Amino acid sequence: MTDKTLPSSIDSTLDLLAKADYIADRSLATVLYLALRMGRPMFVEGEAGVGKTEIAKVLATTLGRRLIRLQCYEGLDVSAAVYEWNYGAQMIAIRLAEAEGEGDRARIEHDVFSDRFLIKRPLLQALEPDPAGPPVLLIDEIDRTDEAFEAFLLEVLADFQITVPELGTVKAAHPPIVVVTSNRTREVHDALKRRCLYHWVGYPNAERELKILRAKVPGIAKKLSEQVVAFVQALRKEDLFKSPGVAETLDWASALTELDVVALDPATVSDTLGVLLKYQDDITRLDGTKVKALLDEVRSELRAAE
Amino acid sequence: MAASEGRLAENILYFARALRAAGIPVGPGAVLDALEALSVAHVGTRDDFYWTLHAVFVKRHEHTGLFDQAFRIFFRKRGYIEKMIASMLPETMPGEHKAPPPGAQRIQEALFSGLNEREQAKSDVEIDARLTVSDQELLRKKDFAQMTAAEIAAAKDAIARLALPLDEVRTRRLAPSRHGHLIDIRRTLRASMKAGGAVIDLKYLGPRVKEPPIVALLDISGSMSEYTRLFLHFLHAVTDARKRVTTFLFGTRLTNVTRAIRQRDPDEALAACSANVADWSGGTRIASSLHVFNKQWARRVLGQGAVVLLITDGLERDADDTLAFEIDRLHRSCKRLIWLNPLLRFQAFEARAKGVQTILPHVDELRPIHNLESMKELVRALSGAPAKGYNPKDLLRQVA
Repeated sequence: MTDKTLPSSIDSTLDLLAKADYIADRSLATVLYLALRMGRPMFVEGEAGVGKTEIAKVLATTLGRRLIRLQCYEGLDVSAAVYEWNYGAQMIAIRLAEAEGEGDRARIEHDVFSDRFLIKRPLLQALEPDPAGPPVLLIDEIDRTDEAFEAFLLEVLADFQITVPELGTVKAAHPPIVVVTSNRTREVHDALKRRCLYHWVGYPNAERELKILRAKVPGIAKKLSEQVVAFVQALRKEDLFKSPGVAETLDWASALTELDVVALDPATVSDTLGVLLKYQDDITRLDGTKVKALLDEVRSELRAAE
Repeated sequence: MAASEGRLAENILYFARALRAAGIPVGPGAVLDALEALSVAHVGTRDDFYWTLHAVFVKRHEHTGLFDQAFRIFFRKRGYIEKMIASMLPETMPGEHKAPPPGAQRIQEALFSGLNEREQAKSDVEIDARLTVSDQELLRKKDFAQMTAAEIAAAKDAIARLALPLDEVRTRRLAPSRHGHLIDIRRTLRASMKAGGAVIDLKYLGPRVKEPPIVALLDISGSMSEYTRLFLHFLHAVTDARKRVTTFLFGTRLTNVTRAIRQRDPDEALAACSANVADWSGGTRIASSLHVFNKQWARRVLGQGAVVLLITDGLERDADDTLAFEIDRLHRSCKRLIWLNPLLRFQAFEARAKGVQTILPHVDELRPIHNLESMKELVRALSGAPAKGYNPKDLLRQVA
């Protein structure tokens, strides 16, 4: 049942992503296809704003699966990620048992630590059967949590099972589709990566970025979109602390359309630079003359291409 | 069919070995994964073949370049991949097999031969020195630069025995604690179950503490050459004792030697370091090395309240605005920046040199590190709050 909806080749994976306006390159589609076919988690690394999280979202919508998201942060622990007992209800159950004169301690314990009192957090939810097929589990920004949590994930990602001491081991009948993302603010341990298929999401080339831009900002003028992409591409070649990602390109393009800009000029670029660059050092580096030089370069390049 | 599959498996195995020789950690599990991936992927083109293997074998972004090279060399023969792809298709006729491609064995040898050369760089002879108490006293105060080979060997031993700091930072993770202030309801309930729910004995949680990461930036230029080996021993000892230590060497270029220095035996670790570094005892370019560090590494290794040890004499020829800018950025992105300068051993050290003057305003602490005594003090300082008397601003005031 589930296999029907999964793509059957690398090309159909590309088409599937394109259906949801996600323009991927072939290498990403290959890894994604393999991850789906082999039932392995996919580990996606890359700079901020290149569409890592989007992969999971697009997968969930196109395959019609539930998206379960686990946002990682420092201090993330089992009670927030896996399960928690409903203590209030448990206390009441114990009191009620006492009031009814139930004296068998083992019996109370068995009743209290049962499925009824279990609050399921994302990881446990992801292992549960779903009528729409196995859900998409997005473990976002794993580099934000600490090594201890990574070690815990090993069991989940290798065998798709979780051990709850009071209940036993919960194993997924159909493993979920797992996407793990990282911004590389710290190295994730090799043991975890070994269990996954790895992919580095880079900045797209001009041609693909233009496609993405036109898909995501439909109302944009042809000339402006070309200029925006060429300018951002040129900007990425500069020695910046943080190069603008695809997300920034899209933000900038929609900002420019909001401002009714039809073609780039140095003044507009300087005014809206804050959308593209997020570090003060980078913004000061790109002063008026530098912007003008870059723009001239972009214009002559575009003219040559025509 | 079985024979052709065997040949594919063999070739993937050889390719995995070549990758291992090139420095990409590829386990036997990855070979099995690769075979599985190839069988499900219905590979049709060279690109698909490439990305399928890439997905399985490459686990770090840095390895993409190596993989690319190895792939090109290994599958150089024109039409070779097409043959491999054809061999995976079920309709391939048996009987078409030729002898194993001649390229595979040769390239494998070529890739392997480089390895033996690297291994021959063996460490120097260890000298066993037993010293009397007074000798040890002398040794502690003696400048590393004036030590004989035997004394250096003894110093290495002493460094290995240094008790390492138990520096701690609070994390946001909680752990059971007697004096914590949050009720651990999970443990509380379990404990009260023991008494049949009659008594509720409150259990508490407190913040968990953890050692902050250390990042060492060690200058290996000519002017520091007398010290670098012993500092590396020091860093090796620190790396051994603590989990999160990252070590970089810089002269004219920045090199990450963390993996090399993690080897158990200090001399092997040092040999591995030297094999990695090209600019041993050359000139210094502090500014450009720091620039590379800030851009490529700072965001990856300076998380969670890292302490940075900058070990250099600060003698930079072209100290200009970029040096000030980079050191300022480094300072802003870590919790504590400690500058260890062997030149501080001289009583009359003054912040006259341009490079020193540029760096000083941006460091939290300036310490000497020229003998065992000062190394011990550093270890003590790492475990506590910034010590008095090492305020870099004092030196600046003296000059002014």
